[in-house]
Amino acid sequence: MCTTCGCGPDEVKVDGDHHDHHGEHVHADGTRHSHGHAHAYAPAHSHAPGTSPKRMVQIEQDILSKNNAYAAKNRERLAERGIFTLNLVSSPGSGKTTLLCKTIELLKGKHAVAVIEGDQQTDQDAARIRATGAPAIQINTGKGCHLDAHMVGHAMEKLDLPEDSLLMVENVGNLVCPAAFDLGEAHKVVILSVTEGEDKPIKYPDMFRAADLMLLNKCDLLPYLSFKVDTAIEFARRVNPGIEVIQVSATSGQGMDQWLAWLEQGATAARAGRVETVDTLKRRVAELERQLAAR
Amino acid sequence: MHEMSLAEGVLQLIEDAARQQEFAKVTTVWLEIGQLAGVEVEAMKFCFDVVTRDSIADGARLEIVATPGSGWCMQCSETVPLAEVFGACPQCGRHQVQVTGGTEMRVKELEVA
Repeated sequence: MCTTCGCGPDEVKVDGDHHDHHGEHVHADGTRHSHGHAHAYAPAHSHAPGTSPKRMVQIEQDILSKNNAYAAKNRERLAERGIFTLNLVSSPGSGKTTLLCKTIELLKGKHAVAVIEGDQQTDQDAARIRATGAPAIQINTGKGCHLDAHMVGHAMEKLDLPEDSLLMVENVGNLVCPAAFDLGEAHKVVILSVTEGEDKPIKYPDMFRAADLMLLNKCDLLPYLSFKVDTAIEFARRVNPGIEVIQVSATSGQGMDQWLAWLEQGATAARAGRVETVDTLKRRVAELERQLAAR
Repeated sequence: MHEMSLAEGVLQLIEDAARQQEFAKVTTVWLEIGQLAGVEVEAMKFCFDVVTRDSIADGARLEIVATPGSGWCMQCSETVPLAEVFGACPQCGRHQVQVTGGTEMRVKELEVA
């Protein structure tokens, strides 16, 4: 499992389990340098006076490089199994979980769906998902404001994800921090409910820029609100000219067919990717066998 | 406040480097933070101090090198300076600008003892 783990805060729990890393990695508690490499503590102040022992070390590494490496690993594992994965992001209360439950119901019999739920506390959302019959893992981030690729990798291990299935990762309700963290998903999908302001895309541009699709949720409430759909879409396109938009309502079912079609398209592409990989490998095996037989 | 996670990421990179290059104390850390990276510099400094307490970088000075934002304006077909992620093109005033620079967040170098 995690051999090079530089994991996050200790209070992270994956489905109730404390996230413990074999006592191997480095904590900022002073016990850190017990694993023996040879350098002595001496040189810093004991050498000839007047000569500075200081030196420069080039790093040139992206701060998110660790997270991105975990994300790349997740993405590879998901691609091998043809799993279409989405990272659902929004502010709290946009209706993500309700939308997910409805989506799972509509996909019953067509696609297996598994869910990774991220919240600071409680497993309420995972329980709601499990009530639909879909497997769900809850990650509690404790004080953390977002999921990272490392937590999601562990949650994926716990979920037995079938080939060609869908994996939905419901991120912590937060329109800021999750934007920066790649989890290994195919797309970030941002959910904006019409009970929020239409200016959210320009207030929180990073998130709307990171997403490939915006779901405008709770559209059944539009007749009772002053929310301007066109303005919201215009703002979203201002920060992200390429963003797709689907207007939905989990309650009335409006737009759900379009959302499902979008999912179907992604799932088909993921499956095709897996089949192609398998076919390529089969051809390679056949080729090697031929070469072996010819000897 | 994902500055806290970023600060933890910085410390991890420092600790990795310390193992590989065998140093025991970091006195200055240079970060390169793009203007459009969505990082609040003051928050980053605060979080860095908190995260590095009792670590190899305890008390280290944090120097942040800001890199300017830039984007590709689809109307003008050229690279233009950009102060905000959703900012307008300073030449044509339109918003069809794709960010091309200023989103980096890197640990550049360390001064170590």
